[in-house]
Amino acid sequence: MFILTEMKNVIRIPPEYFHIKLNYAIADELNKKLANKVMLNVGLCIALFDITNIKESYILPGDEASHTGVTFRYIVFRPFIEEILLGKIRSCSQEGVHISLGFFDDILIPPTALQHPSRFDETEQAWVWQYDMGDGNKHDLFMDAGESIRFKVTAEVFQETCPSGPALSETRDSIEAKVPYLIKGSINEPGLGLLSWWNN
Amino acid sequence: MEIINTKVATLSNFEVMNHLQNVKEGKKRNKGQLATITYETLRYLESTPCKHQTPESIENCLKALKHYNLTKNEKLMLINTPPITPLEIQLMVEESEERLTEEQVEEILQIITEHFPHVRKIEAEVEEEVEGT
Repeated sequence: MFILTEMKNVIRIPPEYFHIKLNYAIADELNKKLANKVMLNVGLCIALFDITNIKESYILPGDEASHTGVTFRYIVFRPFIEEILLGKIRSCSQEGVHISLGFFDDILIPPTALQHPSRFDETEQAWVWQYDMGDGNKHDLFMDAGESIRFKVTAEVFQETCPSGPALSETRDSIEAKVPYLIKGSINEPGLGLLSWWNN
Repeated sequence: MEIINTKVATLSNFEVMNHLQNVKEGKKRNKGQLATITYETLRYLESTPCKHQTPESIENCLKALKHYNLTKNEKLMLINTPPITPLEIQLMVEESEERLTEEQVEEILQIITEHFPHVRKIEAEVEEEVEGT
Protein backbone atom coordinates (compact mmCIF):
# COMPACT_ATOMS: atom_id res chain seq x y z
CA MET A 1 0.00 0.00 0.00
CA PHE A 2 2.80 2.38 0.88
CA ILE A 3 6.20 2.70 -0.77
CA LEU A 4 9.32 4.78 -0.29
CA THR A 5 10.34 7.04 -3.15
CA GLU A 6 13.82 8.51 -3.40
CA MET A 7 13.95 12.08 -4.74
CA LYS A 8 16.41 14.89 -5.18
CA ASN A 9 15.75 18.62 -5.06
CA VAL A 10 17.30 21.99 -4.30
CA ILE A 11 15.54 23.49 -1.31
CA ARG A 12 15.31 27.23 -0.78
CA ILE A 13 15.38 28.27 2.89
CA PRO A 14 14.29 31.88 3.43
CA PRO A 15 16.17 33.87 6.13
CA GLU A 16 13.28 33.75 8.60
CA TYR A 17 14.06 30.05 9.07
CA PHE A 18 17.80 30.52 9.59
CA HIS A 19 17.40 30.16 13.34
CA ILE A 20 16.12 26.59 12.89
CA LYS A 21 18.60 23.74 12.44
CA LEU A 22 19.18 23.19 8.72
CA ASN A 23 17.90 19.61 8.59
CA TYR A 24 14.68 20.55 10.39
CA ALA A 25 14.18 23.55 8.10
CA ILE A 26 14.68 21.30 5.05
CA ALA A 27 12.27 18.69 6.42
CA ASP A 28 9.64 21.38 6.96
CA GLU A 29 10.07 22.76 3.46
CA LEU A 30 9.84 19.30 1.89
CA ASN A 31 6.66 18.51 3.79
CA LYS A 32 5.19 21.88 2.84
CA LYS A 33 5.94 21.15 -0.80
CA LEU A 34 4.84 17.52 -1.01
CA ALA A 35 2.52 16.41 1.79
CA ASN A 36 -0.94 15.42 0.53
CA LYS A 37 -0.02 16.03 -3.12
CA VAL A 38 -0.22 13.57 -5.98
CA MET A 39 2.95 13.26 -7.96
CA LEU A 40 2.56 12.17 -11.56
CA ASN A 41 3.35 8.46 -11.97
CA VAL A 42 4.54 8.24 -8.37
CA GLY A 43 1.48 8.38 -6.13
CA LEU A 44 0.02 10.34 -3.23
CA CYS A 45 2.80 11.82 -1.07
CA ILE A 46 2.19 11.32 2.65
CA ALA A 47 5.17 12.45 4.74
CA LEU A 48 8.95 12.73 4.69
CA PHE A 49 10.64 9.48 5.74
CA ASP A 50 14.27 10.58 5.98
CA ILE A 51 16.90 12.79 4.40
CA THR A 52 19.75 10.71 3.01
CA ASN A 53 22.14 13.42 1.82
CA ILE A 54 22.55 17.17 2.33
CA LYS A 55 24.98 18.96 0.05
CA GLU A 56 26.63 22.32 0.60
CA SER A 57 24.35 25.33 0.83
CA TYR A 58 24.91 28.35 -1.37
CA ILE A 59 23.50 31.82 -1.89
CA LEU A 60 22.53 33.15 -5.30
CA PRO A 61 23.12 36.80 -6.26
CA GLY A 62 20.03 38.86 -5.61
CA ASP A 63 18.33 36.25 -3.43
CA GLU A 64 18.62 36.39 0.34
CA ALA A 65 17.70 32.74 0.85
CA SER A 66 20.07 29.78 1.05
CA HIS A 67 19.81 26.93 -1.43
CA THR A 68 20.66 23.38 -0.49
CA GLY A 69 20.71 20.27 -2.63
CA VAL A 70 19.15 17.33 -0.78
CA THR A 71 18.41 13.68 -1.44
CA PHE A 72 15.55 12.27 0.59
CA ARG A 73 13.03 9.46 0.85
CA TYR A 74 9.30 10.13 1.01
CA ILE A 75 6.41 7.88 2.08
CA VAL A 76 4.05 7.52 -0.87
CA PHE A 77 0.63 5.86 -1.11
CA ARG A 78 0.77 3.64 -4.19
CA PRO A 79 -0.94 0.27 -3.90
CA PHE A 80 0.32 -2.33 -6.35
CA ILE A 81 -1.93 -3.87 -8.99
CA GLU A 82 -3.78 -6.90 -7.56
CA GLU A 83 -3.42 -5.62 -3.98
CA ILE A 84 -6.41 -6.29 -1.75
CA LEU A 85 -7.49 -3.20 0.20
CA LEU A 86 -10.18 -2.32 2.71
CA GLY A 87 -12.17 0.88 2.39
CA LYS A 88 -15.56 2.46 2.96
CA ILE A 89 -18.21 3.17 0.34
CA ARG A 90 -18.37 6.92 -0.23
CA SER A 91 -21.25 6.94 -2.70
CA CYS A 92 -22.79 5.10 -5.61
CA SER A 93 -23.55 6.52 -9.04
CA GLN A 94 -24.19 5.33 -12.58
CA GLU A 95 -20.41 5.27 -13.07
CA GLY A 96 -19.98 2.71 -10.32
CA VAL A 97 -19.13 2.54 -6.63
CA HIS A 98 -16.90 5.26 -5.18
CA ILE A 99 -14.67 4.18 -2.31
CA SER A 100 -12.74 6.20 0.24
CA LEU A 101 -9.83 5.23 2.47
CA GLY A 102 -10.25 8.37 4.57
CA PHE A 103 -7.07 9.97 3.25
CA PHE A 104 -7.61 9.00 -0.39
CA ASP A 105 -10.96 9.30 -2.15
CA ASP A 106 -10.42 8.64 -5.84
CA ILE A 107 -11.20 4.95 -6.03
CA LEU A 108 -13.85 3.68 -8.42
CA ILE A 109 -15.33 0.25 -8.98
CA PRO A 110 -16.84 0.42 -12.47
CA PRO A 111 -20.19 -1.38 -13.04
CA THR A 112 -18.50 -4.12 -15.09
CA ALA A 113 -16.27 -5.02 -12.12
CA LEU A 114 -19.13 -5.47 -9.65
CA GLN A 115 -20.52 -8.85 -8.63
CA HIS A 116 -22.67 -10.28 -11.39
CA PRO A 117 -25.58 -9.58 -11.79
CA SER A 118 -25.77 -6.10 -10.26
CA ARG A 119 -28.15 -3.23 -10.96
CA PHE A 120 -28.28 0.42 -9.98
CA ASP A 121 -31.24 1.36 -7.80
CA GLU A 122 -32.27 4.91 -8.74
CA THR A 123 -34.50 5.54 -5.70
CA GLU A 124 -31.95 4.30 -3.17
CA GLN A 125 -28.99 5.62 -5.19
CA ALA A 126 -27.13 2.42 -4.51
CA TRP A 127 -25.80 -0.55 -6.43
CA VAL A 128 -27.49 -3.84 -5.68
CA TRP A 129 -26.05 -7.30 -6.07
CA GLN A 130 -28.90 -9.61 -7.11
CA TYR A 131 -27.66 -12.66 -5.33
CA ASP A 132 -29.04 -15.91 -6.68
CA MET A 133 -30.29 -18.00 -3.76
CA GLY A 134 -30.09 -21.15 -5.86
CA ASP A 135 -33.83 -21.87 -5.67
CA GLY A 136 -34.84 -19.42 -8.37
CA ASN A 137 -35.29 -16.59 -5.86
CA LYS A 138 -33.09 -13.56 -5.82
CA HIS A 139 -31.88 -11.76 -2.77
CA ASP A 140 -31.01 -8.06 -3.11
CA LEU A 141 -27.75 -7.08 -1.43
CA PHE A 142 -27.52 -3.29 -1.22
CA MET A 143 -24.22 -1.44 -1.26
CA ASP A 144 -24.97 1.50 1.02
CA ALA A 145 -22.66 4.43 1.69
CA GLY A 146 -20.51 4.03 4.79
CA GLU A 147 -20.23 0.22 4.58
CA SER A 148 -16.80 -1.42 4.78
CA ILE A 149 -15.76 -2.99 1.52
CA ARG A 150 -12.89 -5.19 0.39
CA PHE A 151 -11.67 -4.72 -3.18
CA LYS A 152 -8.83 -5.56 -5.51
CA VAL A 153 -6.80 -2.87 -7.26
CA THR A 154 -6.96 -3.50 -11.01
CA ALA A 155 -5.68 -0.30 -12.65
CA GLU A 156 -4.26 3.12 -11.92
CA VAL A 157 -4.71 6.27 -14.03
CA PHE A 158 -2.45 9.28 -13.60
CA GLN A 159 -3.43 12.56 -15.21
CA GLU A 160 -1.54 15.79 -15.65
CA THR A 161 -3.58 18.47 -13.90
CA CYS A 162 -1.27 21.44 -14.35
CA PRO A 163 -2.96 24.41 -15.99
CA SER A 164 -1.88 24.27 -19.62
CA GLY A 165 -2.88 27.80 -20.57
CA PRO A 166 -6.07 29.81 -20.60
CA ALA A 167 -8.96 27.38 -20.72
CA LEU A 168 -11.71 27.92 -23.25
CA SER A 169 -15.12 28.25 -21.68
CA GLU A 170 -16.53 25.06 -23.18
CA THR A 171 -13.62 22.91 -21.98
CA ARG A 172 -13.59 24.22 -18.43
CA ASP A 173 -15.86 21.49 -17.11
CA SER A 174 -13.57 18.73 -18.23
CA ILE A 175 -10.57 20.41 -16.61
CA GLU A 176 -12.30 20.76 -13.25
CA ALA A 177 -13.29 17.11 -13.33
CA LYS A 178 -9.72 15.93 -13.80
CA VAL A 179 -8.51 13.51 -11.18
CA PRO A 180 -4.72 13.39 -10.77
CA TYR A 181 -4.59 9.80 -9.52
CA LEU A 182 -7.50 7.42 -9.95
CA ILE A 183 -7.47 3.84 -8.73
CA LYS A 184 -9.79 1.37 -10.39
CA GLY A 185 -10.83 -1.68 -8.47
CA SER A 186 -12.95 -4.77 -8.83
CA ILE A 187 -15.11 -6.83 -6.47
CA ASN A 188 -16.28 -9.57 -8.85
CA GLU A 189 -14.61 -12.46 -7.06
CA PRO A 190 -15.71 -14.52 -4.07
CA GLY A 191 -14.59 -12.84 -0.85
CA LEU A 192 -14.62 -9.34 -2.31
CA GLY A 193 -17.29 -6.76 -1.66
CA LEU A 194 -19.00 -5.74 1.57
CA LEU A 195 -17.45 -7.43 4.60
CA SER A 196 -20.91 -8.37 5.88
CA TRP A 197 -21.55 -10.49 2.76
CA TRP A 198 -18.85 -12.97 3.71
CA ASN A 199 -19.09 -13.02 7.48
CA ASN A 200 -20.67 -16.44 7.74
CA MET B 1 11.83 17.71 -8.02
CA GLU B 2 13.88 14.94 -9.52
CA ILE B 3 12.84 11.36 -8.94
CA ILE B 4 15.79 9.04 -8.48
CA ASN B 5 13.90 5.86 -7.72
CA THR B 6 10.11 5.58 -7.58
CA LYS B 7 10.14 2.50 -5.41
CA VAL B 8 13.16 2.12 -3.15
CA ALA B 9 11.23 -0.08 -0.76
CA THR B 10 7.76 -1.18 0.23
CA LEU B 11 6.53 -0.26 3.68
CA SER B 12 4.08 -2.22 5.75
CA ASN B 13 1.10 -0.40 7.19
CA PHE B 14 2.60 -0.82 10.64
CA GLU B 15 5.81 0.98 9.67
CA VAL B 16 3.88 3.87 8.16
CA MET B 17 1.66 4.13 11.22
CA ASN B 18 4.67 4.12 13.52
CA HIS B 19 6.41 6.82 11.51
CA LEU B 20 3.34 9.03 11.31
CA GLN B 21 2.76 8.73 15.05
CA ASN B 22 6.28 10.05 15.56
CA VAL B 23 5.65 12.88 13.09
CA LYS B 24 2.48 13.80 14.93
CA GLU B 25 4.03 13.76 18.39
CA GLY B 26 7.46 15.07 17.56
CA LYS B 27 6.62 18.48 16.27
CA LYS B 28 3.97 20.87 17.40
CA ARG B 29 4.46 23.27 14.54
CA ASN B 30 3.05 20.81 12.01
CA LYS B 31 0.46 22.60 10.01
CA GLY B 32 -1.39 22.67 6.74
CA GLN B 33 -1.35 19.69 4.44
CA LEU B 34 1.06 17.59 6.51
CA ALA B 35 -1.21 17.80 9.55
CA THR B 36 -4.24 16.90 7.42
CA ILE B 37 -2.73 13.90 5.69
CA THR B 38 -1.07 12.62 8.89
CA TYR B 39 -4.36 12.81 10.76
CA GLU B 40 -6.40 11.14 8.01
CA THR B 41 -3.89 8.40 7.30
CA LEU B 42 -3.44 7.62 10.99
CA ARG B 43 -7.20 7.45 11.46
CA TYR B 44 -7.39 4.88 8.66
CA LEU B 45 -4.39 2.84 9.84
CA GLU B 46 -5.48 2.82 13.47
CA SER B 47 -8.77 1.27 12.45
CA THR B 48 -6.91 -1.69 10.89
CA PRO B 49 -5.30 -4.67 12.68
CA CYS B 50 -1.87 -3.06 12.37
CA LYS B 51 -2.72 -0.96 15.42
CA HIS B 52 -1.90 -3.87 17.71
CA GLN B 53 1.09 -5.22 15.82
CA THR B 54 4.64 -4.96 17.13
CA PRO B 55 7.95 -5.21 15.26
CA GLU B 56 8.54 -8.53 17.04
CA SER B 57 5.20 -10.07 16.17
CA ILE B 58 5.63 -9.13 12.49
CA GLU B 59 9.17 -10.48 12.37
CA ASN B 60 8.23 -13.75 14.03
CA CYS B 61 5.22 -14.17 11.79
CA LEU B 62 7.36 -13.63 8.68
CA LYS B 63 9.86 -16.19 9.92
CA ALA B 64 7.07 -18.69 10.40
CA LEU B 65 5.73 -18.00 6.90
CA LYS B 66 9.12 -18.57 5.29
CA HIS B 67 8.51 -22.15 4.18
CA TYR B 68 5.40 -21.54 2.13
CA ASN B 69 7.10 -20.05 -0.91
CA LEU B 70 5.05 -16.87 -0.88
CA THR B 71 6.05 -13.73 -2.77
CA LYS B 72 6.98 -10.52 -1.00
CA ASN B 73 3.72 -8.83 -1.97
CA GLU B 74 1.67 -11.77 -0.76
CA LYS B 75 3.40 -11.73 2.61
CA LEU B 76 2.91 -7.95 2.78
CA MET B 77 -0.84 -8.41 2.35
CA LEU B 78 -0.93 -11.18 4.95
CA ILE B 79 0.67 -8.76 7.41
CA ASN B 80 -1.33 -5.66 6.44
CA THR B 81 -4.70 -7.37 6.38
CA PRO B 82 -4.30 -10.60 8.38
CA PRO B 83 -6.76 -13.17 7.00
CA ILE B 84 -8.99 -15.30 9.22
CA THR B 85 -10.72 -17.40 6.59
CA PRO B 86 -9.36 -19.67 3.81
CA LEU B 87 -11.33 -17.52 1.35
CA GLU B 88 -9.21 -14.47 2.19
CA ILE B 89 -6.00 -16.44 1.63
CA GLN B 90 -7.35 -17.49 -1.74
CA LEU B 91 -7.73 -13.81 -2.63
CA MET B 92 -4.29 -12.76 -1.47
CA VAL B 93 -2.26 -15.69 -2.75
CA GLU B 94 -2.37 -16.10 -6.51
CA GLU B 95 -3.35 -19.60 -7.69
CA SER B 96 -3.41 -20.68 -4.07
CA GLU B 97 -5.30 -23.88 -4.93
CA GLU B 98 -2.32 -25.15 -6.87
CA ARG B 99 0.43 -23.71 -4.72
CA LEU B 100 -0.92 -24.54 -1.29
CA THR B 101 -2.60 -27.62 0.05
CA GLU B 102 -5.65 -27.32 2.30
CA GLU B 103 -3.49 -28.25 5.28
CA GLN B 104 -1.01 -25.52 4.43
CA VAL B 105 -3.79 -22.91 4.22
CA GLU B 106 -4.94 -24.01 7.68
CA GLU B 107 -1.36 -23.80 8.94
CA ILE B 108 -0.99 -20.25 7.62
CA LEU B 109 -4.24 -19.23 9.32
CA GLN B 110 -2.90 -20.82 12.52
CA ILE B 111 0.34 -18.84 12.23
CA ILE B 112 -1.54 -15.59 11.68
CA THR B 113 -3.80 -16.13 14.70
CA GLU B 114 -0.84 -17.15 16.82
CA HIS B 115 1.11 -13.97 16.09
CA PHE B 116 -1.76 -11.53 15.78
CA PRO B 117 -4.33 -12.88 18.25
CA HIS B 118 -6.16 -9.53 18.26
CA VAL B 119 -7.41 -10.06 14.68
CA ARG B 120 -10.01 -12.58 15.78
CA LYS B 121 -11.02 -10.46 18.74
CA ILE B 122 -11.70 -7.49 16.46
CA GLU B 123 -13.79 -9.72 14.23
CA ALA B 124 -15.76 -10.95 17.24
CA GLU B 125 -16.41 -7.41 18.41
CA VAL B 126 -17.68 -6.41 14.98
CA GLU B 127 -20.04 -9.37 14.94
CA GLU B 128 -21.33 -8.51 18.39
CA GLU B 129 -21.99 -4.97 17.27
CA VAL B 130 -23.90 -6.20 14.24
CA GLU B 131 -25.98 -8.54 16.37
CA GLY B 132 -26.55 -5.87 18.99
CA THR B 133 -28.02 -3.34 16.59
